[in-house]
Amino acid sequence: MEAQKQKMKAYWRKNLQTLVILLLIWFMVSFGFGILLAEPLNEYNLGGFKLGFWFAQQGSIYTFVILIFVYVWRMNRLDREFDVNEE
Amino acid sequence: MDILTWTYLLVGLSFALYIGIAIWTRAGSTQEFYVAGGGVSPLANGMATAADWMSAASFISMAGIISFAGYDGSVYLMGWTGGYVLLALLLAPYLRKFGKFTVPDFVGDRYYSHTARIVAVICALFISFTYVAGQMRGVGIVFSRYLEVPIEWGVVIGMIIVFFYAVMGGMKGITYTQVAQYCVLIFAYMVPAIFISMQLTGNPIPQMGLGGDLADGTPLLEKLDGVLAELGFSEYTSGRKGLTDMLMITLALMVGTAGLPHVIVRFFTVPRVKDARLSAGYALVFIAILYTTAPAVAAFGIFNTIESTSEKEVDALPSWIDTWEKTGLISVNDKNGDGRVQYVADPVENELTIDRDIMVLASPEIAKLPNWVVGLVAAGAMAAALSTAAGLLLVISTSVSRDLVKTFKPEISEKKELRIARLAAAGAVILAGYFGVNPPGFVAQVVAFAFGLAAASFFPVIILGIFSTRINKEGAIAGMLSGLIFTLIYIIYFKFISPETNTEEFWWLGISPEGIGSVGMMINFLVCFGVSKVTPPPPKEVQEMIQEIRIPRGAGKASGH
Repeated sequence: MEAQKQKMKAYWRKNLQTLVILLLIWFMVSFGFGILLAEPLNEYNLGGFKLGFWFAQQGSIYTFVILIFVYVWRMNRLDREFDVNEE
Repeated sequence: MDILTWTYLLVGLSFALYIGIAIWTRAGSTQEFYVAGGGVSPLANGMATAADWMSAASFISMAGIISFAGYDGSVYLMGWTGGYVLLALLLAPYLRKFGKFTVPDFVGDRYYSHTARIVAVICALFISFTYVAGQMRGVGIVFSRYLEVPIEWGVVIGMIIVFFYAVMGGMKGITYTQVAQYCVLIFAYMVPAIFISMQLTGNPIPQMGLGGDLADGTPLLEKLDGVLAELGFSEYTSGRKGLTDMLMITLALMVGTAGLPHVIVRFFTVPRVKDARLSAGYALVFIAILYTTAPAVAAFGIFNTIESTSEKEVDALPSWIDTWEKTGLISVNDKNGDGRVQYVADPVENELTIDRDIMVLASPEIAKLPNWVVGLVAAGAMAAALSTAAGLLLVISTSVSRDLVKTFKPEISEKKELRIARLAAAGAVILAGYFGVNPPGFVAQVVAFAFGLAAASFFPVIILGIFSTRINKEGAIAGMLSGLIFTLIYIIYFKFISPETNTEEFWWLGISPEGIGSVGMMINFLVCFGVSKVTPPPPKEVQEMIQEIRIPRGAGKASGH
């Protein structure tokens, strides 16, 4: 029982770690590159776009999509590893 | 065939499809009515969520807003997509594991309190009603513009269609019609965008066309920056809004998206926790297709409009201007009498006024596309408005039948509960229709603020309910109320009491009413923490329940027990 409890704690901790990393990226691409750093980034050019503008109107959205799929993949692995997955 | 015939044909066909699906997917139990029986595949749910989420505003107005706001319009693009990351990572899987039907269900159980549940129901009803009235109005406007019928008739026809599948089919009917509606709306959005991108930049992918070169070799965005600057506007790719305000609006929209009850409830319809995660991913893919195309449509639209009007002779303007002048969406007034159109930033000299909705609605005509494309855009706009309206109506009817009636009369039979749910849906359709025909002045103002209110009320208490075992009912109730009241007061003050001071110099810390939901959310979080700290922790069963929802295994289908 106690071992099971410890295991669940470890599972939750790993889950939180995953969340923190993914949310940091979420914050960086939108609030960071798209808004706070948009002006300096606009000095660079990416395929016809000013980079800051591209992040604000395109890049952040693509990154959001990727983040969710990385999360899905990572959590499915964690679930199996800790034997809490669904059949 | 002419435009009107095509429009009737395509809109009629799409309506026939929705009604067909409604008959085929009639709901037989409360479980089917509330959560489509809990057996929807992640892909179908992703598509339905996308249609549910993308409203008349996303389809018709967003590109136009960006056309005129340029870089500043990015707040909508990032805000309305970034919320799905929060939804997928922080809410959807856990709420699915919790396994009941509604958001107030969760709030009531997690905070072991009827009061918390009632506060949540009031928030849900308030958010959904302001939002749904806007959708019905949208249906009416599309009807009146394309089919040349009065707005009132448009709203009534829209009501009949929604009535059919929301009242009969409940969540089950709504889910499968939304899948069809997504297909209609995305096709309708992409076809003109692809054509126009080809015409302007030679690249069939609008997302790349936006960064592409015009026929003369200059990059589109660079040219646009130059043209706008020449006319006295600010550059397309740089911002005018304050930095704090940009951050706050984006955050409020993201968090608000994650807190909207009609979106959250979609994740109750999939069979497993892992399906909830995956279907949030699919939903964002389907949404991103439109949301990454919109900025391209926006830039193409404003560029084409300026090219075809600026300094052109008033008597020789393209025919679409004539067509749309009748609807009042665009008007030309040769003030200085030189026989040419001056489109400039200075309002005194400007001779061309353009409504933002033109950018999508008139795009097929501006680009001289065939008549059937115009009909297609009408059907797409209708699909966007109807699908969102239906999702909201379901939240309203569920709130009444389940969160209000069932809470106070738990002994009613399933059959009776289902009948009440249907009645409530019917009542909500009629009420929404009424507001669509007679929009109270505040509706248009408030729709955009539904997000701020969702951000300030639901989001913090749901997150804390999952990620903390210490937050108790006192904290949650105080948090929701303080966040909501603060946000409401700020919005009401600047929008209704003292609208003449609604400018940056008077805003608190430079935060506009659109962005104030973020501050409301922070207040909610702080109050929630503070009050919980000085009041007793939640009972043991509740703490155990929280541990339980953190683990995927053992998620049965959503149920009422």
